[in-house]
Amino acid sequence: MNLTLKIWRQKDASSKGQMVDYKVTEISEHMSFLEMMDVLNEQLVNSGEEPVAFDHDCREGICGMCSMYINGEAHGPDRGVTTCQLHMRMFKDGDTITIEPFRAAAFPVLKDLVVDRSSFDRIQHAGGYISVNTSGNTQDANAIPISKHAADEAMDAATCIGCGACVATCKNSSAMLFVGAKVSQYALLPQGQVEAADRVQNMVAQMDLEGFGNCTNTGACEVECPKGISLDNIARMNRELIKSSI
Amino acid sequence: MSGFFKSSIGRKVAMALSAFFLMFFLLQHLSINILSVFSPELFNEVSHFMGTNPVVQFALQPVLIFAVVFHFVMGFALELKNKKAQGVAYAKNNGAANSTWFSRNMVLSGITILAFIILHFIDFWFPEINTKFIQGDWSGLHNGELRYFHELQEKFVNPIRVVAYVVAFVFLGLHLAHGFTSAFQSVGGTAGRKKTLQTIGKAYSVIIPLGFIFVAVYHFLTNNH
Repeated sequence: MNLTLKIWRQKDASSKGQMVDYKVTEISEHMSFLEMMDVLNEQLVNSGEEPVAFDHDCREGICGMCSMYINGEAHGPDRGVTTCQLHMRMFKDGDTITIEPFRAAAFPVLKDLVVDRSSFDRIQHAGGYISVNTSGNTQDANAIPISKHAADEAMDAATCIGCGACVATCKNSSAMLFVGAKVSQYALLPQGQVEAADRVQNMVAQMDLEGFGNCTNTGACEVECPKGISLDNIARMNRELIKSSI
Repeated sequence: MSGFFKSSIGRKVAMALSAFFLMFFLLQHLSINILSVFSPELFNEVSHFMGTNPVVQFALQPVLIFAVVFHFVMGFALELKNKKAQGVAYAKNNGAANSTWFSRNMVLSGITILAFIILHFIDFWFPEINTKFIQGDWSGLHNGELRYFHELQEKFVNPIRVVAYVVAFVFLGLHLAHGFTSAFQSVGGTAGRKKTLQTIGKAYSVIIPLGFIFVAVYHFLTNNH
């Protein structure tokens, strides 16, 4: 298929960017979206132009690096997939595809489609862990009984890959689905109880400090999340914060 | 606890608490208004009770005013913070793919409701305050009869006002369609009962505005024929 691409180009973090049009031809419908971007970049390199910078790593939907806003949606029009899992069969021959970086004040653009998501790392550092000694005296995983229901819900929350699609999608650039998932995965397990109050307090404080917006419960993040993280995690985080404040 | 209300989640919880109070108020307001359709005498009596009862006037009414002002001020404050949190606007953003129009435009429906409240205060509340607190007349009487039903009827003679009320109630419905469940979500109360709350929210957001529209249109039609 032949496509027109409208892509955000920005030289560096301090430059002003703009949308630039490109044509790509003979794109297979079996290609992933990133493979299509590779074809474009080969084309640009061959013609002596600067290739489009974009984040990617595992290319199998696990690392959370790919971060494009495609035709007005984070990770494009498909559901439950990252950009690397998005296939060109979702588009038609002759389509014009708009490709932008994830937008949020807390996700500044570094170059073209690459954004700085280290604000997520700092939120994790603030409390997204449990303090246990794992050097040589690791306990048996089944030593503490955990109900199937709690284990399943904690696992669902833990599948968040921190890609930032929730922030990019949210009209308020809120990070509450991400933080909600990270708080929930420990709040649901006995191992997470000891530091539960400090965890939610510190992670929410860091989230606010990073300049993310407030959740207005539109539910857009849940729809666009490649891992299907539920809004229930935001409700749980809210409960955890209320509980820890009383 | 003071630190809690400075956090983004704390502010949302405060918004939700004021919303719960306002939603309860809407329900009791409609219950009384509906009486005007079925029994003008009963409507007069209940209105007189609400207008002169010290608990309602000096305890609940200040709380109501505070809740209304707080809900709007905090709503705008949060909106400003959210605008600041956004980066450069997307060249193409397909919001309809993942959320409802009314959930994304709570500020717009809120501003419409605020405009309505100003009109409503000019229509009913300011004259009431004038009569009771400036003129000192707490009798509720006009020409020897309780005046409330007559005042209500008078207001719905003008078709422009009726249309303005109907439009405002439609926006109120849209605001409630998202706001009802959203308030429960903000206080973390949706766990395990999201579907039930969504159903109740849908019913509430239709019944309340339709009830108010019915009262306004009923008096317009019956008073003009």
